[in-house]
Parts: sequence; C-alpha cells; structure tokens
Amino acid sequence: MSDKEALFSKKNIGLLTNPLNSDNPITVQVLGICSALAVTAQLKPAIVMAISVTAVLAFANVIISLLRNTIPNRIRIIVQLVVIAALVILVDQVLKAFVYDVSKQLSVFVGLIITNCILMGRLEAFALGNKPWPSLLDGIGNGAGYGMILVIIGFFRELLGSGSLFGYKLIPESWYIANGGFYSNNGMMILPPMALITVGVIIWVQRSKNRKLIED
Amino acid sequence: MDRNSNVYTFIYASVMVILVAAILSFAAFNLKPYQAKNVEIEKKQNILASVNIAATAADAEQIYSEKIVNSYIVNAKGETLEGDAFTVDLKKERAKKVEDRQLPVFECNIDGGIKYILPLYGAGLWGPIWGYISVESDMNTIYGATFDHQGETPGLGAEIATKAFQEQFKGKTIFDEDGKFYSIVVAKSNETAPAEHKVDAISGGTITSKGLQTMVEDDLGAYKAFFNQKN
Repeated sequence: MSDKEALFSKKNIGLLTNPLNSDNPITVQVLGICSALAVTAQLKPAIVMAISVTAVLAFANVIISLLRNTIPNRIRIIVQLVVIAALVILVDQVLKAFVYDVSKQLSVFVGLIITNCILMGRLEAFALGNKPWPSLLDGIGNGAGYGMILVIIGFFRELLGSGSLFGYKLIPESWYIANGGFYSNNGMMILPPMALITVGVIIWVQRSKNRKLIED
Repeated sequence: MDRNSNVYTFIYASVMVILVAAILSFAAFNLKPYQAKNVEIEKKQNILASVNIAATAADAEQIYSEKIVNSYIVNAKGETLEGDAFTVDLKKERAKKVEDRQLPVFECNIDGGIKYILPLYGAGLWGPIWGYISVESDMNTIYGATFDHQGETPGLGAEIATKAFQEQFKGKTIFDEDGKFYSIVVAKSNETAPAEHKVDAISGGTITSKGLQTMVEDDLGAYKAFFNQKN
C-alpha cells in the first residue's frame, strides 16, 4: 500500500478546487449554460438545482469510475446516459415527494439535468479513466463550481429583479414608485437574457483577476 | 471475456437495463404516497384560493376541513350523482359529452354564508389551463377565482396565474338581467361587453385569454341547470 496516494493529496485537492476558479465548468469550460439561465431567476431554485446537479454528478462519476473496466467500449456513451438518467429520475422523484413547491418551480429543468453537458463531459473526460475517489472529488468539485456561479447569478437576479432574497422582501415597500418612492425593480433581470449578461460579467471579472485564463 | 465481443456487450446492456428498471420502480413505488399527498394538498390550496383564502402547504388540510363543509357531484341536469367530488378527473370528464359529465361542486362556509366552488379545465396556448371559480349563494355573483397553467409564456399568457388578473373576476355576474346565462367575456380593448360580465384580457396573451374565456363559458355553462335549481 506504500504507492497509494494520500486521500487529500495536493492533486486530489486540486480536483476539488480547480473547478471553483481556473477550471470552472460555466465560466471557463462554458458548459451547462442553458440551465444556468433557466433556473436562476430566484435564489432558492438555483441552490436546489446546484445541489441536485452536484449529487447526480458525484454519484454518476463514482458509478462510472467503478464500472470503467467493465464497460464495453462500443456502448460506453449509452451506459453513461443510462446511469445519469436513472440518477436524475431518482432526484426528480425525491424532490416531488419532499420539496414539492421547489420541484414545481424547477419543472422540466430537473429532467434536463440529463442533457447538462457538464455531466457527460466529466464522465467521458474524467471518470472513465480515473479511480472512484478522485472521480468523486472531481464530481463534487465541478458540481460546486457550477453551483457557485448559479448562486451568484441567482443572488443578483432575485435582488435586482424582485427586490427580495429567498422570497423575503429586502427593498422597503415605501421605496417603490407605486408607493411614492423612487425605486423600481428591473424586470429585465427576471428574463434569461440578463442571466447571460450576468454570466458575461462574471467571466469578465474572473479573467481580469486570473490572467492565466486569457487566450491570445 | 473479451470486452468488445458482441455477446459481452449484449449481456452487459441487458443486465444494466434490468437493474436500473428494478431500482427505479422500487423508488417510484415507495415515494408514490408522499407525491400523491403533495398533489392533494396543492389541490386543496387551489380550492381555498378561489374563496380568497391563502393557505400554506402546512395548514391547507386543516383549513380545508374547517371551511369546505360539503362536496358532491352533479350532472348537467342538476341531479346529484354518487361519488367523491375531490377525485373527479376533469381532463377525462371534458372528453365526454356535456350530458355525461360528472360536475364536482364544493360548498365553502365563509362567515356563515355558503359559497359554491366549481372547478374549470381548458386549453391555453401551449398546454392545459385550469382553475376554480366560487360563486355567491345567489348563484350569479362571482366571489373569487383562481387559475393556473402548465406552460403558458411567462409575462404573457402566464399572467392568468397572477392575483391582479384573478381579482378582476370578483363581483362579476354570469347571468344577465333576463336570467340568461352570459358567462364572462375576457375582452381585448376593441371588444365591448357589459361591464358586469367583462374582465380585461392580457396584452400579448390573446390566445390564453380567449382559451380562458372558453373554459369559463363551457365549464360554468355545464352547471346551468344546477344554478337554476339552487336559485
């Protein structure tokens, strides 16, 4: 067992933390944009989506990694899809049973986790060639990187678009123009285009901080 | 065994599919009661919303059992039928001819007066729309209304689910002065209709608005005999 790597070696920690910054699935790999636009009008569904994707990604990575030496090469994509689809249906069923209102809000987007490019991308690029433990870390890391961006977008969209966070009003009622004030919610923030612009701003901020990401 | 042989691939795929199917059906079977409960609670919330009671998922059941004092099924002739009004599947009923339909009625006690709650089910632009309308005991004046939809366009057709749109129905009447059934007109700005039968349509949501008008007309129309009998 002497050649065994420590559980939290530098390389393994990197698997967990790189996706948060220099290898972020949304802002650097530009995967999973579709769902990032769709579920971020409010903070709560954004967080539930982040948790769901992280759970599905981590489990799918581990399962595929465990099976990696048995999967017939010709049907490996199908096997990956079946594993993802089964996990997503499980998540959907659990949400419907225990957090019904959130499940209604996420509606079809839970089902669309299946087509989230981050999942297939990580399974094909990482889990098929690595052991279960690093695959688990990679799954959690990428899920967290995806979730982090979702939460940031959800925060700004709900705050500026609805004047609330987690459904609690933060902007005093008396500020609104309707009540004789000066303030009005920005309706654009509710719509998907502003989410894309928010993603753009995040990418801009990230690249100005992290010069390595700038391509020539 | 050769991982690339046809036999291996075939067996692998078969075993995988059977395993996954078993796991999923086990999960679906065990979570079913919880899911059914959620759907039931939501329905109760909707019914209560039509008599202007805002119930949360936690207290809907309790308020429902206090406020909804009676429920039954009638047919288009106004005769009472056997069965549980709560479990009537409106989608199936709508496919039948009007005279064969089971029409649920819920009676709600508000401050001693009875309001009659009637379910609606119709078609919007992209998918089904549904709702509940409550009428006063004069069987003419609308006491409250609530609508919901599956996938109408946000900001346009989906506005039927907003309070502002639904508030318009309060106090409108569904019979004209001669006692003839008039229903409610969801009117665009160029349409004229008596003010007591008219609500404003949603700008940009014409097809949903008109679908809603048809739904109200068809589904309340089926209760004509019931209304006349009670009056």
